[in-house]
Amino acid sequence: MKSTIVATVPPALQVDDSAPGDRWLTVDMTVNGVPRMLRAPAHRTLLEALREDLGLTGTKHGCELGECGACTVLVDGQPRLGCLTLLASVEGRTVTTVEGLGTTAEPHPLQVAFVDRGAAQCGYCTGGMLLTAAALLADNADPTEAEVRAALAGNLCRCTGYASIVAAVRQAARMVAGGASHPRSGAQG
Amino acid sequence: MSSTGSTRTPDFTIIGHRRSKVDAWPKVTGRANYADDLPFAHLLYARLLRSPHAHARIRAIDATRALAVPGVTAVISGADLPVPYGILPVSQDEHGLAVDKVRFVGDPVAAIAAEDEETADHAMGLIVVDYDVLTACMTVDEALSATGDPIHANGKANNVHKRVALEFGAVEAAFEAAAHVREDLFFYGGSNHLALEEHAAVAEYSPDGRLTLWSSTQTPHYVQRALAKALQLPERRVRVVASVIGGGFGGKTEALPHEVAAARLAMITGRPVKCRLSREEVFYSHRGRHPMHVQLRAAARVDGTLTGLHVRTVLDGGAYGSYGVASTYYSGALPPATYRLPAYRFEGARVFTNKPPCGPKRGHGTPQPRFGLEVLLDKLAEDLGLDPLAIRLKNLVAEDSVTVNHLRVTSCGLRACLERVADASGFLDKHRRLPRGEGVGLAASCYLSGAALPIYWNGLPHTTVHIQADRTGTVHVACGATDIGQGSDSVLASLVAEVLGLDLVDIQLDTADTALAAVDLGSYSSRVTFMMGNAALRAAENLREQVLCAVGRELHLPTHRLILHSGQVALRDERSPIMSWPDALQLTQASGAVLAASGTYAPPPLAGPYKGAGVGPSPAYSYSACVVHVNVDAETGQVVPSEVWLAHDGGRALNPTQVEGQIEGGVYMGLGEALWEEQSFRGPLHAGPTALDYKTPTALDMPIVHCLLVETDDREGPFGAKEVGQGPLLPVPPAVANAVYDAVGVRVDEVPITPDKVLRALDRQARGQPARHGPRRFPDIAYPPLTVVEPPAGAPQL
Repeated sequence: MKSTIVATVPPALQVDDSAPGDRWLTVDMTVNGVPRMLRAPAHRTLLEALREDLGLTGTKHGCELGECGACTVLVDGQPRLGCLTLLASVEGRTVTTVEGLGTTAEPHPLQVAFVDRGAAQCGYCTGGMLLTAAALLADNADPTEAEVRAALAGNLCRCTGYASIVAAVRQAARMVAGGASHPRSGAQG
Repeated sequence: MSSTGSTRTPDFTIIGHRRSKVDAWPKVTGRANYADDLPFAHLLYARLLRSPHAHARIRAIDATRALAVPGVTAVISGADLPVPYGILPVSQDEHGLAVDKVRFVGDPVAAIAAEDEETADHAMGLIVVDYDVLTACMTVDEALSATGDPIHANGKANNVHKRVALEFGAVEAAFEAAAHVREDLFFYGGSNHLALEEHAAVAEYSPDGRLTLWSSTQTPHYVQRALAKALQLPERRVRVVASVIGGGFGGKTEALPHEVAAARLAMITGRPVKCRLSREEVFYSHRGRHPMHVQLRAAARVDGTLTGLHVRTVLDGGAYGSYGVASTYYSGALPPATYRLPAYRFEGARVFTNKPPCGPKRGHGTPQPRFGLEVLLDKLAEDLGLDPLAIRLKNLVAEDSVTVNHLRVTSCGLRACLERVADASGFLDKHRRLPRGEGVGLAASCYLSGAALPIYWNGLPHTTVHIQADRTGTVHVACGATDIGQGSDSVLASLVAEVLGLDLVDIQLDTADTALAAVDLGSYSSRVTFMMGNAALRAAENLREQVLCAVGRELHLPTHRLILHSGQVALRDERSPIMSWPDALQLTQASGAVLAASGTYAPPPLAGPYKGAGVGPSPAYSYSACVVHVNVDAETGQVVPSEVWLAHDGGRALNPTQVEGQIEGGVYMGLGEALWEEQSFRGPLHAGPTALDYKTPTALDMPIVHCLLVETDDREGPFGAKEVGQGPLLPVPPAVANAVYDAVGVRVDEVPITPDKVLRALDRQARGQPARHGPRRFPDIAYPPLTVVEPPAGAPQL
């Protein structure tokens, strides 16, 4: 059912009503270890494809301008902003989202440390933070606090003041160094 | 058995321990569903067409061409939502979509629903609106002197929304007798919450006439009420579910146009409709910190004892009422609850302007006067040759006292907060002794543990907790309270688990849903831990009593010898288990009980005998003190906070990890407001409605924050707890300003303290002029005649 609205408008205010057109592409990639083939318009972003085509809603949008870091995922192990990455550009590549980082049963040490330290308050930045930190730890197993802060500087968090997040990343580094690759959290809940 | 507040059990198994939050694992594995993540079949996507003009009459709207686009399902305008609503009963001035007039750039004019967002976006551009543009008022001064169309036809003259003038005690006498009077002007810039999650809502209307809205809201109950009114539905047929919420900070505490429009579109189309805002739209939806002009005048004895205070405020309200009447009262409510004041005068006013509406943000109406007051105290101390710590310690509000403006103060750890923060930071060794360019600043504050009065008048509980158990040992806890990331679900589970001797995983929660749980008023005014917590304790204690009575009868043991511990009924003295929790529940149920219990909480009657007394009273106040160490670059004007100490009296820390998280977050947001964040405008347009242009602190900008917990045991708080969500922000901006003065000797009486302001003040200093940057005049506002209120018996006297 279409609804309401009346009146006429001066011709000077009328606008072009041609519909948007676009080319469609087929993209092959591996997402969280699973081969995926998607057919989408050429302007589709990786963020849109993950959330809307694959249902991987753990990747968040906070600005869609590459400013907040909430949509950070790993492309071939490197942190990338999903909102600024065209789906077409990940053809043949490997994408990791927070859903692929680890599970409750087999968590990544970063996930354990984030839980322990209370580093996820509202949780909206958490996925992006985790993946940025995962890429850091893959490159640098024992980062200093300054290195952690520099790595996370593109990921905004409005809840924590970053203290618990930075502490959690360093705790995870120590856990990895201690050989506990996938320990469960000691705390309950 | 029923109780309020502080408990008798010394050895907690959960309370006071560091526990991970109950929602931590879903959040770190990407499985927490925020409003935009919820899956719906046959979903329509809505977009809002927003006004490009700050002030205009709508002559006509033509949606013919938009409606003709394939995939467009409906277009609505203000004519489809004619009934006004608003969060406060006195400010019913909003419509889901503008009726007749738009009042700020971004005011929603029409809403469109389509099969996908792109089609909605494209077709929205085909809606043509014919405006008659009116003169816009972008500042308080412009609004006060405007001669054209008032922003609201039914508003008071000169676009004044609210005026208040209250006097407690002999103010004039205090100033006449004062050995020293200090007066100053301050300005506090507005700021946005910038919750990382952009607002989103999905509405669905069932064929039998029930509306459900899933939304990122802090206040499902108030949204339910507003939707019922705006859509003319019975409240009982409106269900509002707060999804997992990606931060609120006050920005999601009332019904917003996208929620109302999505609901109307769902009713018209019969399909679920989603509307989510872009970051730019969030900046224009706003409801953030009011820009505020503050004028303060303090009277003191030579020894620094305050004898009188006069606070004047003018709030730049933006285009709609929102919480603004409450914000206005809050701008004058709390100074007497922090410092002992025998005489107090407060004059406040809120003015409509053609900007996005302001509302509540963390600290609601109180950070702005707090900034002024704490800077003024620093200046007063210097005038009198005192140090900043001494002048505050001399004027502390007393525990278990009543203030001159009729606020009841119970537990108060402010002295301990000040002493601990000064000790830990070495404040007195550093103040005025650091090399130029380095400085320390001190400030203190207080905040409410929940507003004692509801937003709309009623005599009902502010919150209700229902607990239902069954033979398997499962415990369901239902409460309308809404976890916005602050951890209220974890608080609820912890309190019930503690009383019932269970673990957190044994507690199943149904929260933030007006259909599944009884009313909790919402996550605002730092009310949840205190109020929901007390209701939860009552409910859990009631269930415990039922179970222990049944077990005692069966085993011929007096109830007082039994406890619930580690999932067992145990003997109190020996702690030896005698029956498992499920067995005890089965026994209780077999004895005829229904294994359900409820608890409610309403604050005691606390409002004083005057109009406006409803804002300010709280069953308990939190206290904070802060020291900030800064480095100031005299060449660039850059202020770098290098270390922060914050001591907070939030009563008993139910979970120290969560409490520290709130303190660290409050310090962060306070530093953001002090140094970087400002919702500023260029003409009618937001100066930078993006997460980059609106500069917030990053991980690199944040200094080390030392959290010092001062655990008073509040006698009415749940297990002695008070608030921590908002209070720790308050002393941060003035501590920064005082530290800047300590570092380079200039006063910046205005936040944010940006490099240009520091440089201007340094320039004046170099030229031998008063080394200050800040407002030089106060808006030309006519306050109403003073309402003189007799102070209560026992209030501070001269």
